[in-house]
Amino acid sequence: MLHIVNKSPYERNALESCLRFALPGSALLLIEDGVYAATRGSVAEAGLREAMQRLEVYALQPDLEARGMAERVLDGVRLVDYGGFVDLVCAQPSCQSWL
Amino acid sequence: MSETQQADEEQVAGKVKKFMFVNRKAPYGTIYALEGLEVVLISAAFDQDVSLAFVDDGVYQLAKGQQTKPLEVKNFSPAYRALEGYDIEKLYVERESLEARGLSEADLLVDVQVMPAAEMAVLMAVQDVVISF
Amino acid sequence: MKLGILVNEGPYTHEASDTAYRFARAALEKGHKIYRVFFYHDGVNNSTKYTEPPQDDRHIVNRWSKLAAEHGVDLVVCVAAGLRRGIRDELLAPGFRISGLGQLVEAGIQGERLVVFGD
Repeated sequence: MLHIVNKSPYERNALESCLRFALPGSALLLIEDGVYAATRGSVAEAGLREAMQRLEVYALQPDLEARGMAERVLDGVRLVDYGGFVDLVCAQPSCQSWL
Repeated sequence: MSETQQADEEQVAGKVKKFMFVNRKAPYGTIYALEGLEVVLISAAFDQDVSLAFVDDGVYQLAKGQQTKPLEVKNFSPAYRALEGYDIEKLYVERESLEARGLSEADLLVDVQVMPAAEMAVLMAVQDVVISF
Repeated sequence: MKLGILVNEGPYTHEASDTAYRFARAALEKGHKIYRVFFYHDGVNNSTKYTEPPQDDRHIVNRWSKLAAEHGVDLVVCVAAGLRRGIRDELLAPGFRISGLGQLVEAGIQGERLVVFGD
């Protein structure tokens, strides 16, 4: 499954909840305000590092750039553009947005 | 039944997919719980394999004793009890979310399956379509 | 692949409609088919013809209309959610049509993926 999180980890518990349910082998894509979770030193860093041991974590680059966060991305988070977003949706058998 | 709905149903007759509706928001503060339920009811007409998951504040949608008269809004919680009549019986509630809110199964207005996140995760993973509101 | 898209929020206030649009455009560029874009909750507000954003800002409604015109993308506004929010046929921008929630369920059945954009 592709899990999509679009809210900042400081604003909502969407990422926290998502990680309770994301099984090994699934993928997590951070978009919109969710990309803040992909930055160094965020409250989500420890949880995300742990998650990266069992699932692939991606962040939408245009959203990072818009927010001035593109130079602060955690090691191991893979950046994608909208084409990559589409590829992720097609590569996983289903997707779930954590709204 | 409207003409478009009848046409839709004829077109998809035979295809059964697993639809899961994930509810993570409390009722009344926003419209997502109410309008979300409307999608669930329509999906029943399409004979799909439907389940509902209640996580985080979504568990509050099922709390007993909702009295909405002072708010002058419709109390739509009885609709959860009516789901059974539409053959929608798979209502899953995350145990951690209930307990974090000081709730137990006895506080809920409808029969549900309470389960840990790990178990619900497996159910989520096999769905064809997951809709959140 | 045949993709379905659900847009739960209106234009500008949330990024949902922008993200959905850019996703749809990228999918089309890759040769995928967008089976339907369904607008629900405040998402129905993406369909009205009188929006007037500032000149130097993107025109979200027109962008969707253009996608429908150029690629035949089916843009469906939920009738019930629309009525609640004062939207009826005569207010629709080009390319949008009003229909029932069954169209969303059908998109989930007929599409190979359904991607949800919301709050």
